[in-house]
Amino acid sequence: MSTLPLAKEGRLRSLADFYLTTIRTAIQQQFQYRAATYMYLVGMVAEPVIYLVVWSTIADQSGGTVGGLTAGEFAAYYIVWTLVRTMNIVFTPYGWEERIREGELSGQLLRPLHPIHYDLAWFAGGKVPWVLFYLPIAVVLTLVFNPTFDVRPLEIAVFAVAVWGAYLIRTFYQSALGLVTFWTTRVGALFQLYITLELLLSGRLVPLTLMPEWVQTAAWFLPFRWTFYFPIQALVDDLSNEQLLGGLAMQALWTLIGIGLFSLVWRYAIRRYTAVGN
Amino acid sequence: MTTLRVALLHLRIGVMNDLQYRVNFALQILQSLLALGTGLVVLWLVYSHTTELNGWSQPELLAVLGVQILMGGVIRALIQPNMMRLTEDVVQGKLDHALTKPVDAQVLISVREVQIWQAVDIVSGAIVIGVALVRLGADLGALDVLAFAVALAFGAVMLYCFWLVLATGSFWVVRMWFLPELFEGVFQTGRWPVGIYPQWLRFGITFLVPIAFAITVPAEALTSRLEWETLALAAGFAVVLFAFTRWFWRFGLKNYTGASA
Repeated sequence: MSTLPLAKEGRLRSLADFYLTTIRTAIQQQFQYRAATYMYLVGMVAEPVIYLVVWSTIADQSGGTVGGLTAGEFAAYYIVWTLVRTMNIVFTPYGWEERIREGELSGQLLRPLHPIHYDLAWFAGGKVPWVLFYLPIAVVLTLVFNPTFDVRPLEIAVFAVAVWGAYLIRTFYQSALGLVTFWTTRVGALFQLYITLELLLSGRLVPLTLMPEWVQTAAWFLPFRWTFYFPIQALVDDLSNEQLLGGLAMQALWTLIGIGLFSLVWRYAIRRYTAVGN
Repeated sequence: MTTLRVALLHLRIGVMNDLQYRVNFALQILQSLLALGTGLVVLWLVYSHTTELNGWSQPELLAVLGVQILMGGVIRALIQPNMMRLTEDVVQGKLDHALTKPVDAQVLISVREVQIWQAVDIVSGAIVIGVALVRLGADLGALDVLAFAVALAFGAVMLYCFWLVLATGSFWVVRMWFLPELFEGVFQTGRWPVGIYPQWLRFGITFLVPIAFAITVPAEALTSRLEWETLALAAGFAVVLFAFTRWFWRFGLKNYTGASA
């Protein structure tokens, strides 16, 4: 029977088609509402600028460095931070909550594709305008805060892959969390807890080296560091080639675990679903 | 007088409406605890690497954090819900219902929504301020407390004006969904005394977004570093900003053509 491989090929092609079309739609939509998108970005940039100002003030006060980092290195860290943050924006559990509460999911379940494909494609497309809009902000931040950069080509290559690794990891863990809305429609509290853990254990708040020893140890056993600290470090720090490639391998591992977790919860969740809406 | 009665009645209905949803209270407490915990961890981290930040000690910055949390509670309970309702009403064409009523439209659109559970942050902010004062061993006179209360009130008025100016923008720019994110992001600058920011940013969060007036100035009153000139400037700026906001709101209304009829 030669129809089987053909069918499979056709499915792959239509999946690729679906991704391309969704990505294109997302790009166009974000460009259409560029003022709103820009304002959203400005709100987002406030977070790293605050951290940066606080820590470079401390570094300057303590004779140039704090925790081994200079003001210039903090500047590099938080400027790259913003790019990583832009890249790892994903569909949040709040999105899942709304999708289920408003009964939108019923329609999506009737389609032949899993809804996660739509989320992955849409937010991947959104990155194009977001990163483009972010670039002028990055230039301004660079002029104001004088970061110290020393980058190798391999670091750039690894960074370019690592931001997508961070994107996949965050997508699957946050989506798994979002599926909790099948049991309760108030996922907010749980999500806040998740975000707080991420803030402290990922390098989002401060470079992990500034954290107490036991926090740094704990961070090795959790997925969070691979969504902020590793991609930033790849570009800002001087990691060895082994560390760079090993980091990508760890990202792949956590992505697979995330996919497994998401599929597992999905299987149970979908059985519980009794449509809201019509 | 009627206007005041109508406003109070609206607030009461809003509170009663929200009080029906008891579980939200527990969730809000959890959320406030998480936010407070994060704030405390950050303070602890900062002071594990230094003993003072730009002349502010740890308990003094705790007072700043308390004021920021308290003010955030005021905004999210009373101001932000009304302003977001205004922008949504413009989109959906429902604003005409408010405009055709015989009370002052600005008062009406400012009192229609209350999210009373957010007021948990007002309480938790007050507790943090209390703890900070005890740790400071502060010997506050009646005048300091009065200055604090006055500065806080001016700050709230200025933040209300800021929100209303932005929300009035929806008469021209219809899509304003980003406002809470934008404000929340910028509002976080208030966790730290404005003195630590570079000049241009300090100017921005003093006069463009009046966060310095709303948080740092009251905190200065608590830590006995407030000068009377600063308080006078805050008062003057509050009056000017309020007058401008009133004018801008009316100007926006004049340009508003309505969407329902």
